[in-house]
Amino acid sequence: MNKVLPSAEAAVALIPDGATILVGGFGLCGIPENLILALRDRGTSNLTVISNNAGVDDFGLGMLLKTRQIRKMISTYVGENKEFERQYLSGELEVELIPQGTFSERVRAAGAGIGGFFTPTAYGTLVAEGKETRVIDGKPHVFEKPLHADFALVRGYRGDRLGNLVYRKTARNFNPVMATAAPVTIAEVEQLVEPGEIDPEQVVTPGIFVKHIISGERYEKRVEKRTVREA
Amino acid sequence: MSVTSQAASAVDPRIDVRERIVKRVARELKDGDYVNLGIGLPTLVANYVPKGMDITLHAENGMLGVGPYPTPDQVDPDLINAGKETITELAGCAYFNSAESFAMVRGGHIDLTVLGALQVDEAGNLANWMIPGKMVKGMGGAMDLVAGARKVIVAMEHTVKGAHKIVKQCSLPFTGLKCVNMIITEMAVIEVTPEGLVLREIAADTTLDAVKAATGADLIVHGKVGTFE
Repeated sequence: MNKVLPSAEAAVALIPDGATILVGGFGLCGIPENLILALRDRGTSNLTVISNNAGVDDFGLGMLLKTRQIRKMISTYVGENKEFERQYLSGELEVELIPQGTFSERVRAAGAGIGGFFTPTAYGTLVAEGKETRVIDGKPHVFEKPLHADFALVRGYRGDRLGNLVYRKTARNFNPVMATAAPVTIAEVEQLVEPGEIDPEQVVTPGIFVKHIISGERYEKRVEKRTVREA
Repeated sequence: MSVTSQAASAVDPRIDVRERIVKRVARELKDGDYVNLGIGLPTLVANYVPKGMDITLHAENGMLGVGPYPTPDQVDPDLINAGKETITELAGCAYFNSAESFAMVRGGHIDLTVLGALQVDEAGNLANWMIPGKMVKGMGGAMDLVAGARKVIVAMEHTVKGAHKIVKQCSLPFTGLKCVNMIITEMAVIEVTPEGLVLREIAADTTLDAVKAATGADLIVHGKVGTFE
């Protein structure tokens, strides 16, 4: 078995216009930056993108907003992206904002074959409008459904050609959950290794969840907020 | 964006107010607490953890054991907090995915969360994620945190451009219902109770009348009100 594709270009060629895609990362941390760049260059359009944030104006998913390749965003926090806010407030971009814990659990449910769940989060807010509610153990809960997608684009630190992945520090974030939640998951990794080179005890995403894997050609790893103290 | 704590304190005229708020919030910390600090002002509470007290900071993007900002040569793009700021590891820290992170949050494993607010009302309802037609940043993890953390403290300036932020009833979209336990501002420490907002302390440089005038909701006063610096 060999899940390795030759390039990010070859991988995104699988994604048709109008697809719904999960994209890992938190802010600019842990985003599949090679796959996002390749999507921009290919010009795939009319996308529904499910990702915690929308990048910044000139990096990450923000680039696909600028080129109007995204029709709808499903996110939790978009405060860092002026172009996003502008397109949303003007009605050019369809946006669904979801609480982060509900977002991650809905993705988890999609990957785990769960038809939905009751959560206390967002009870009594705009997010709960029109949704089924139930009092469980004296506490009101809101019913939330799984969040499915056609593709998931994730970034790992190391991966082998069977699709086993490990992550690095907080670049892990949504990547392992999203990797489970689409019929076609494409992983890009900083280091592509042979089976056996990753300690099986350390595998975070077992290869069964990953359909294709590429070695990321180049990593800029842009820092969004460089906060430092004196040396 | 590049900031250092020293540079920020030199240019921000509100720093004294902000410092006073976070110092008072820090007094609510208890040894052994797992704490989630919101973006902005609440993040600064980490600078005032009392010496000898063990507090474990949770970052909802998937980390327990958040350390201080890095020195310039320690900056690692793969290591950030929920405010997207570069951070460091403390010994014994742990990484996990976002779904597990929010299992900690909703599951009642976080002892305390400190958040900012646009409005808080008499019932302890909180609004902090959008102003319809004007500002949409999203709720991030705030709705989960107020639903699941054992204690919720709102840390904010008492008013905004003279307008009340502590009100009878929130007019902005809710983040959560009856979720706030305590409000700490540069003027007052207010506890949210079933009978309403109870004034516990006022700042040493203000008066009871000034606090009442700056508050758009009824304040209940039981006996002597304490002061804080």
